[in-house]
Amino acid sequence: MSSDPMIVAEGLTKEYRLSALQVSHDTLRDQVAHAVKRLWRGSANDAESESRFLALNDVSFTVREGEVVGLIGRNGAGKSTLLKVLSRITFPTSGSASIHGRVASLLEVGTGFQPELSGRENVFLSGAILGMRKAEIARRFDEIVDFAGVARFIDTPVKRYSSGMYVRLAFAVAAHLEPEVMFIDEVLAVGDVGFQKKCLAKMDDVARGGRTILFVSHNLAAVRSLCPRSIFLRGGGVVADGPSDQVIARYVAEYDESGPRGACERIAGDAMFVEGSDEFFLYPADQSTALQVLCGEPIVLQFEIESPKPLVELSAGALIVSSSGERIAGMSSKVQRIRAVGRPSQRWLVRCDMGRLPLNAGTYSVDVYIGNGAMDVTRFPSAFELSVTEHDVFGWGNSLPPQTAWGPLYWAPTWHIAASGSTLELEEAVER
Amino acid sequence: MTVSRSPAVPASALGRPPVIQIKAADGPATLNLRELATNWELLYFLVWRDIKVRYKQTAIGAGWAILQPLTTMVIFTAVFGRLASIPSDGLPYPVFAFAGLLPWTYFAAALSRSGNSLVSNGNLITKVYFPRLLIPLSAVLSPLVDFIITLGLVALMMMWYGVVPAVAILTLPAFVLLAAASALALSLWLSALCVRYRDVGVVIPFLVQIGMYVSPVAYPTSLVPERWRFLYSVNPMAVVIDGFRWALLGTAPPDLFGSAVSCALVAVIFYGGLLYFNRVERVFADVV
Repeated sequence: MSSDPMIVAEGLTKEYRLSALQVSHDTLRDQVAHAVKRLWRGSANDAESESRFLALNDVSFTVREGEVVGLIGRNGAGKSTLLKVLSRITFPTSGSASIHGRVASLLEVGTGFQPELSGRENVFLSGAILGMRKAEIARRFDEIVDFAGVARFIDTPVKRYSSGMYVRLAFAVAAHLEPEVMFIDEVLAVGDVGFQKKCLAKMDDVARGGRTILFVSHNLAAVRSLCPRSIFLRGGGVVADGPSDQVIARYVAEYDESGPRGACERIAGDAMFVEGSDEFFLYPADQSTALQVLCGEPIVLQFEIESPKPLVELSAGALIVSSSGERIAGMSSKVQRIRAVGRPSQRWLVRCDMGRLPLNAGTYSVDVYIGNGAMDVTRFPSAFELSVTEHDVFGWGNSLPPQTAWGPLYWAPTWHIAASGSTLELEEAVER
Repeated sequence: MTVSRSPAVPASALGRPPVIQIKAADGPATLNLRELATNWELLYFLVWRDIKVRYKQTAIGAGWAILQPLTTMVIFTAVFGRLASIPSDGLPYPVFAFAGLLPWTYFAAALSRSGNSLVSNGNLITKVYFPRLLIPLSAVLSPLVDFIITLGLVALMMMWYGVVPAVAILTLPAFVLLAAASALALSLWLSALCVRYRDVGVVIPFLVQIGMYVSPVAYPTSLVPERWRFLYSVNPMAVVIDGFRWALLGTAPPDLFGSAVSCALVAVIFYGGLLYFNRVERVFADVV
């Protein structure tokens, strides 16, 4: 791409003095008392100068016109601070940035909403605060109300809205901004499932419209589908910057405090294996590490392992990890006491039929563990990406809520529900 | 999963957009008047919001704008006019008091609202960028609506008491402007200070109360001893109130030299306030 740079950040650094943060809300009396104390002790900076905190540390990058860039990293990595600095809400301690174009920042849903005012009034107020012109808001008003689906209540004070309606209207205003550069902070994780999908679709629309976007999210699936490029922040600094697939893989691997994805790592130092090279290789069947299944479909893991030395026995394990890094399910042939003994070989085929694992829709990564039957010797963090798509598993007429709503697992128990006083043996009435 | 993207609309096709420079906060503060001007619509919406929200879900709504100064006037008339027999420059005391209360009520409302304005709008300041100056500015402008309503009441009272205004009434807008400028000048300091020192929020009602006694709201300036007169007239609100009475009721005009000095004082406080506000503006979001 040879388009113009829209956002250029050079060495952005933001330092907070922790002591300054602590006294920030204090009263004049405390300040005076503090000053007196300092005079008394004779030194101005005892503990103060030490308690500094770098929220951003020398962050540099360039975003070109029309690029949609994901910002990922754990909480406290500096993502939000970076957006705040670029939005001119707070100033950097050093470094500089330039932004070429009209900017809209979306750091929370409902910025400027005033509970006492009606939906209509809030659309105009919030729109103006987010940087829209009055005429622009008026022109898109119907579209906004439509998108939010609150047309009937548009003249009701928003304090009487349900939280879902409130959030929908607030997002709708923001979604109809038309700036050249947008900063968006984790605002998609709102509303019900249907609305979340609508938001993502809208975001995708916006992204395709040639807007330059910096997008913070913990929803790696959303980042992956919206942003071709991602920047991974850790401790205020840029760890990786590049194609989202690679950067996310790196992030997921890092989350596990381990090496990069795909590469194996030694766990146990068994002489038999590590002598010479300790390089194991994993070859996925169909040469694809991306597994795609519908909710409720059987999941099969199939791959070939190449060991540095001939082995007489091989054991394998897998660990399913959610996109937020939680371990969902572990499995191991070794724990199940399944022995795969054969003539010495350097290549082993592994097939793991997980069956109908009750995973909700979402993305997961699968770590693969390889052992010699007695202990694990190596593992491949995030060897596979597993994406589970929504599906009406039980034929209920609606898909199951995704991982973000129901957690990683679904379950369909047998319910017994009846008014108190009657017996709970009304299965035919309830089960239908 | 890869998503193909349609080609971007070049921003250059829309005319080269403005470049926003973000740098560490150092060097002298600057006032970006152009930026302020491009945001006049937002100013309008902020004022509009203040006005809308103020009387939402109240039984008599904007009636409060009249009721507050009216009650004060009645009390003043009873206490100062009757009991203390404070002179009123030959005018019926109620009209005299009300003509003073009119600008004072505005000034007091503007000052108390704008003094706390940055803190009460903290949620905006930490989430979105716009010229921060708009916040105290809108808080100073919004009580003007109450002021105009009250002005109508003053006109009715003048008719009732048969007071005919002179040509001087044409100068009224100038005094309104001075009142607004004084309120804004002080609130630049107070609102910015309040971000760091919440004490200011406590001090403002107190300041307003003291201010009323050192301004000729309940009594005429002519009651002030001659040798203190000049010092007294440096108070911009004394100039404003005397100006109002002069313009509406035809009393003696405010002292010209004193007026000039107090205008200069407002200008100095205003400019200093701008510099201070600009300097502190950079840390609002970190501190508020």
